[in-house]
Amino acid sequence: MMELWTTYGWPLAVMLAQIGVILGLVLFFVAYLTYAERKVLGAMQRRQGPMTVGPLGLLQPIADGVKLLSKEMIIPSQAHRVVFLLAPMLTFMLALIAWAVIPVSPGWVLADINVGILYLFAVSSMGVYGVIMAGWASNSRYAFLGGLRSASQMVSYEVSMGLVIVCVLLCVGSLNLTEIVEAQRPAWMQIMLLPMLVVFLVSILAETNRSPFDLPEGESELSGGFMVEYSAMAFALFFLGEYANMILMSAMTTLLFLGGWLPPFNIEALAFVPGFIWFGLKTAGVLFFYLWTRATFPRYRYDQLMRLGWKVFLPFSLLWVLVVSGVLVFTDTLPQ
Amino acid sequence: MILALSFYLFAAVLVVSSVMVISARNPVHSVLFLILGFFNAAGLMVLLGAEFIAFILVIVYVGAVAVLFLFVVMMLDVDFTSLRKGAMQYLPLGAVIGGVLLFELITIFGAWTFAPTIQDNIVNEIAIGDSVTNAEALGRLIYTDYIVAFQLAGLILLVAMMGAIVLTLRKRAGVRSQKVAEQFARKPSDAMEIKKVTSGTAL
Repeated sequence: MMELWTTYGWPLAVMLAQIGVILGLVLFFVAYLTYAERKVLGAMQRRQGPMTVGPLGLLQPIADGVKLLSKEMIIPSQAHRVVFLLAPMLTFMLALIAWAVIPVSPGWVLADINVGILYLFAVSSMGVYGVIMAGWASNSRYAFLGGLRSASQMVSYEVSMGLVIVCVLLCVGSLNLTEIVEAQRPAWMQIMLLPMLVVFLVSILAETNRSPFDLPEGESELSGGFMVEYSAMAFALFFLGEYANMILMSAMTTLLFLGGWLPPFNIEALAFVPGFIWFGLKTAGVLFFYLWTRATFPRYRYDQLMRLGWKVFLPFSLLWVLVVSGVLVFTDTLPQ
Repeated sequence: MILALSFYLFAAVLVVSSVMVISARNPVHSVLFLILGFFNAAGLMVLLGAEFIAFILVIVYVGAVAVLFLFVVMMLDVDFTSLRKGAMQYLPLGAVIGGVLLFELITIFGAWTFAPTIQDNIVNEIAIGDSVTNAEALGRLIYTDYIVAFQLAGLILLVAMMGAIVLTLRKRAGVRSQKVAEQFARKPSDAMEIKKVTSGTAL
């Protein structure tokens, strides 16, 4: 019995505690990302944003959460109940399980697996199911159209995202996220990857259905898209999932391109600041980019969105895979 | 013990969901069960230590192929209950064919042995417990040792893809599409004309 406890029980308890800490932090940051979004949008539109609940409106996310929790949930009578309820849960779950492999600081990672980047890519590519299931199960035309749009959008941009990741992996030579950060790419390699950073930043906007690619919601023509039939907690799960995905994608950008927890440009003098702070700052920077684009650009038209994904990004990133691998072979810097 | 338990868990869910794929009344539910099946198959791969294959399975099959299945099934307006009406009628015939296939498979695999010279044909065998990761081992096999076979397979797939595109591509009349290059090439002088209009006269 004692042996069972030391081999399985105690590690399980430790792991559960770690999972609890990560989930708590992610949910906290999700809540305050919604606050930051409203404040940033407010500042960009010369408004104040939330101001009344708590000092500077800081308690607004909590008030919103309580409101959503205490509302009545309505399930349409024609909906496919099980799938209808499964969809928001799946979205939320997928947004959270990806955090298992994100290294925040050297060694600060729940599961340092060999194929961390593939795990992230797999989880983010499954995110489409929440949307498509919600669209189908709602039994509503608006929701169905929103679901279909979103599915094709997410699948399209995943292709170029995959090729961007291939470019980075070519320079690093490992699928492990910690090793990707620690690879210490020289400056010319970073400059070579710069166009891929741009493609990746635009693709993550499309992948998380954020403005200017928020066509699945498209309130002007679809009145809310795939979420139109959802209310109360089920809606909150979609909402939280979307924001958790935003943070996740920003963290992924940080790990792949911005050097994770390393100080910017590897300046030694800045190394006294702990790694997780640099990681947080870089992630917050990418998140600010999300909010900034939302305040800046109008929504894309659907055919233009598809054109950008398939006819611009896909050929370009494919070409860039060739360029990167060619340069690496030519200069004999291919990681062994 | 945990390993065995998780194997039985994954295997049981895999078998049950596979059965549900063919027995579910609603085709969308079938596809969802298929996805669950893929997922559990990936779990089994992880238990075997083949994490690279497992995640590729999830990325390709769950993330792309099954999405397209779901897409098609959701869009198709086929009344599957009417399709199933004659099922009982064809059951004996189906059972006979299935039985024959099963018998053939059993006879083939019952007599299956590896050729004694197979060890000579394997180039550069990777020992179990070697420190190389999955991805490295697989990469060495398909990009170094068996590059020709791999490239040929890729070429065949490319031809198949182009064939599918050629077969389904058709020009439809009356479709207006945006020609971005033409739009960019337009200058103000192509579209606008400035005329002096004196008062009291028409153009």
